[in-house]
Amino acid sequence: MAKLHIQTTINGEPAEFLCEPHETLLSALRNELGLTGTKEGCSTGDCGACSVMFEGRLVPSCLVLAAEAEGRSLTTIEGVATGDALHPVQRKFLEHAALQCGVCTPGFIVAATALLKQKNNPTEQEARYWLAGNLCRCTGYDKIIRAVLDAAAEMREASV
Amino acid sequence: MPTVHLPRSFMEFTGGLEEITVDAPRVHELLAALTERYPGIAESIETMAVSIDGEIYSDPGYQPLRSDSDVHLIPRIAGG
Amino acid sequence: MSEREFTYIGTRPVRHDGVDKVTGRANYGADFTLPGMLHGAVLRSPHAHARIVSIDTSAAESTPGVKAVVTSKDFVETTAKLMMGEGALDIHDIGDNVIARKKALYDGHAVAAVAATTEEIAREAAAKIRVTYEILEPVLSIDRAVAQDAPILHEDMVTKSRAKQPSSGPSNVAARLEFARGDLAAGFGQAEVVTEHEFRTPTVHQGYIEPHACVARYGEDERALVWTTTQGPFVVRDLCAAINSMAPSRIKVIPSEIGGGFGGKIVVYLEPLAIALSRKAQRPVKMVMGRDEVFRASGPTSATKIRVKLGAKRDGTFVAASISMWYEAGAYRGSPSGAGAMCVLAPYRIPNFLIEAFDVVVNKPKVAAYRAPGSPMAAFAIESAVDEIARQLKLDPIEVRLKNAVSEGDPAPFGPPFGPIGLKTLLETVQRHPHMKAPLGRNQGRGFGCGFWFNAGMNSSATITLGGDGSAAVMTGNPDIGGTRVAQALMVAEELGISPEQVRPSVGDTDTAGYTDVTGGSRVCYATGMAVIQAAQDVRDQLKARAAKMWNVSADAVEWKDGRAIPPAGTEKAQPLTVAEIAAKMAQTGGPIVGRASLNAPMAGPGFGAHICDLEVDPETGRSTIVRYTAFQDVGKAVHPSYVEGQMQGGVAQGVGWALNEEYIYNSQGVMENAGFLDYRMPVASDLPMIETVIVEVANPLHPYGVRGVGEVPIVPPLAAVGNAMRDATGIRFTELPLSPPRVLAAIVEQKQADAVGTV
Repeated sequence: MAKLHIQTTINGEPAEFLCEPHETLLSALRNELGLTGTKEGCSTGDCGACSVMFEGRLVPSCLVLAAEAEGRSLTTIEGVATGDALHPVQRKFLEHAALQCGVCTPGFIVAATALLKQKNNPTEQEARYWLAGNLCRCTGYDKIIRAVLDAAAEMREASV
Repeated sequence: MPTVHLPRSFMEFTGGLEEITVDAPRVHELLAALTERYPGIAESIETMAVSIDGEIYSDPGYQPLRSDSDVHLIPRIAGG
Repeated sequence: MSEREFTYIGTRPVRHDGVDKVTGRANYGADFTLPGMLHGAVLRSPHAHARIVSIDTSAAESTPGVKAVVTSKDFVETTAKLMMGEGALDIHDIGDNVIARKKALYDGHAVAAVAATTEEIAREAAAKIRVTYEILEPVLSIDRAVAQDAPILHEDMVTKSRAKQPSSGPSNVAARLEFARGDLAAGFGQAEVVTEHEFRTPTVHQGYIEPHACVARYGEDERALVWTTTQGPFVVRDLCAAINSMAPSRIKVIPSEIGGGFGGKIVVYLEPLAIALSRKAQRPVKMVMGRDEVFRASGPTSATKIRVKLGAKRDGTFVAASISMWYEAGAYRGSPSGAGAMCVLAPYRIPNFLIEAFDVVVNKPKVAAYRAPGSPMAAFAIESAVDEIARQLKLDPIEVRLKNAVSEGDPAPFGPPFGPIGLKTLLETVQRHPHMKAPLGRNQGRGFGCGFWFNAGMNSSATITLGGDGSAAVMTGNPDIGGTRVAQALMVAEELGISPEQVRPSVGDTDTAGYTDVTGGSRVCYATGMAVIQAAQDVRDQLKARAAKMWNVSADAVEWKDGRAIPPAGTEKAQPLTVAEIAAKMAQTGGPIVGRASLNAPMAGPGFGAHICDLEVDPETGRSTIVRYTAFQDVGKAVHPSYVEGQMQGGVAQGVGWALNEEYIYNSQGVMENAGFLDYRMPVASDLPMIETVIVEVANPLHPYGVRGVGEVPIVPPLAAVGNAMRDATGIRFTELPLSPPRVLAAIVEQKQADAVGTV
């Protein structure tokens, strides 16, 4: 069967690619578009390393078909920073040393920005439950949660 | 002369001795002398680390020994 | 050791690779591509134990898009040995593990590999390969492995050091090791209280989020380039050289950024296959493991059975211990049973003991190192026993440990005396900490555990190149798994008196970096750090000599203070010079300034950790929640405290997962049933509270800053701390992990029934 030609918007820019009908969005991002910031940890939707924003919704891209991107709008880790300014979540991850090997970090950052879009003052527990879909094996989550709550505080202050 | 301590499971090769004195200026000569005296140790010895007066060397090689040095043969450890 | 005042050591700058990591730009194992690249897939045995009768690859080879197929026939059988890690690595075993020759020894064992134009074609073609197996009965436990009538995995395996177990013929017990002291019978004769238990821990995986991945290109020049995610690029080079029958100098290994390892990425699985496929296809080959392959076919750590008999006097003094330990090695010899035997009694002075440890093969994947390999299981056993002694004697658990704790000069159970160590300081710090006195709620319990691990030394190299602007580039061969690059930048900054932002740390490859042993064994900050410090001092000496030239004085007369070369008093027209000022004139004063150092460090003094765990059990479901956790550790010197804390917190999380939920679940045929993150249940953010860390610094005299290793110790105490907390919360002494809800609930129900009967 011939490949599908998909036209979509990624990180605010028009993009297009060819994909197999059964190919995942994760595979298309990494292999057709060279956007390797989104990581593959399990391919069964259990680790969150492949998190992207799909039409404003946080999804594991390993469980989304690449073809579903047709006519839709996505944000990946590559689109979180604006211009040369890091997003507050990214800056706080660095300040709080909320990463060690860093492979889960793109997924966490996408998931955290999604949380803070929905709720600008999450409690620690709310942050932990929202991020329960992102596995980290290095940090024990402590500094990640601190970074996210600190980013939330900074963003609240900035919007005042 | 330096004293060498071996794990108890090596006793089957040394006829029951756990503590042996060996006249050797460096680890290299000490291990050679041990192997000559107790050939059964040869294969196990090459995978042992050596502790000299408390400092543990994975590759003891030519580390010098004092006349009153206390040497222990212990399994090598690396980690993960 | 005098208290040195540091300018940069102990500060918390942002790591140099940080921006790349938070933007997704950092390149990990699967993020690399080469022109013309093919994709590889592995055919794996579905049987846990089977003779391979024949392999017919013709259907795969004739599939359109397939460019190469390999089986064990494409590899030369070798009996070479490689000195590495725990000792002489048997290349024959590692090669057989990479691709099976005569027998498939576990579910997932690689039997053939295919390279094709897409991953999908490669997998489908691999599935077409016809393998004829003669299925054999699998050996899936220690008890089965040591039974008289057990199927034998390796016909040529006999138990090394069989003094106590004479038996003729082959065995599944690869080795027996023994440590002893004093007179066991007399010791137990003095005991006024004795506790005896048998503990079991399951097979668990390191759980790194990044699967194994590599790209290999074998060129017309008969040289191979390998890009791979690894903790040890030089190990990859040397193992591939042996398995692929090449000279090591013909293989260049470029380590990618690494997405977790914990010891599991110190050996090779895919790289030799990728090289062989590339050689046949004459194109680069990329191979990435799926998550199920990571579980089934990489290297988890040993399941164990540990019997402990511990005797003490009424005042809490330990008098005797008898310990038998069986560790599963997986399909080939080489479990960390020796390390477990060395660690189990390490924290304590005991005048009479016997420790025996057995290395046992079973039809499961060959175990690989997992963070303090062998020690967490040993700590679970001994710390549970110590807890029981404390309870029986109605003594405070910390006091009992303090009474028996080793300090400098005490002999380790494996022989040599300890140097300066921090165990007693640690225990006293725990006693004073508010966590010990915090009140507990309903169904809550508090547990304490301490643990021991060595910190490796071994070979390291470092080079530092000065820039004309006074910046410094430092390169080592150690992949950065947790912040070691920024730690190295801090060391260079400290020695040269420039800011950490002016230091650019990087990781070289096997052609550009001086030889270094693995990133692991808690050794990078200590041993590679020492090489970095020495290389920086080499640079400093050169800077002094260049300043001397500029001032026309003797180099011996030049001092160095606060990042400046100081001219001898009275030198005309001479002002102190900064690194930048001297570097600006490098070309005129003799050429580029490059500093270097290489060393083989002795093992750093050991590390001790002590943890307090509060957990709450739901008696209706058996589910437990960690409500508070404090980890104490003697790290010698915290170079970058944030990453030291991070290592401690990460080790706690892994230990908690091991204690509460993680285990390999096999069916009766030896097929793993939970080879995915849904059912291999690791802790997530909602499972844990904030993890408080208390850093104690008892300087390691072998290191200029007092650094010990830090990475591995934190996984050792949690199994025991959780087990003892569970005892406190439920009144039940659990001796088998994990303490998953079904197990805990069944025990709670049984206890309720027993209590009910008792009150009738």
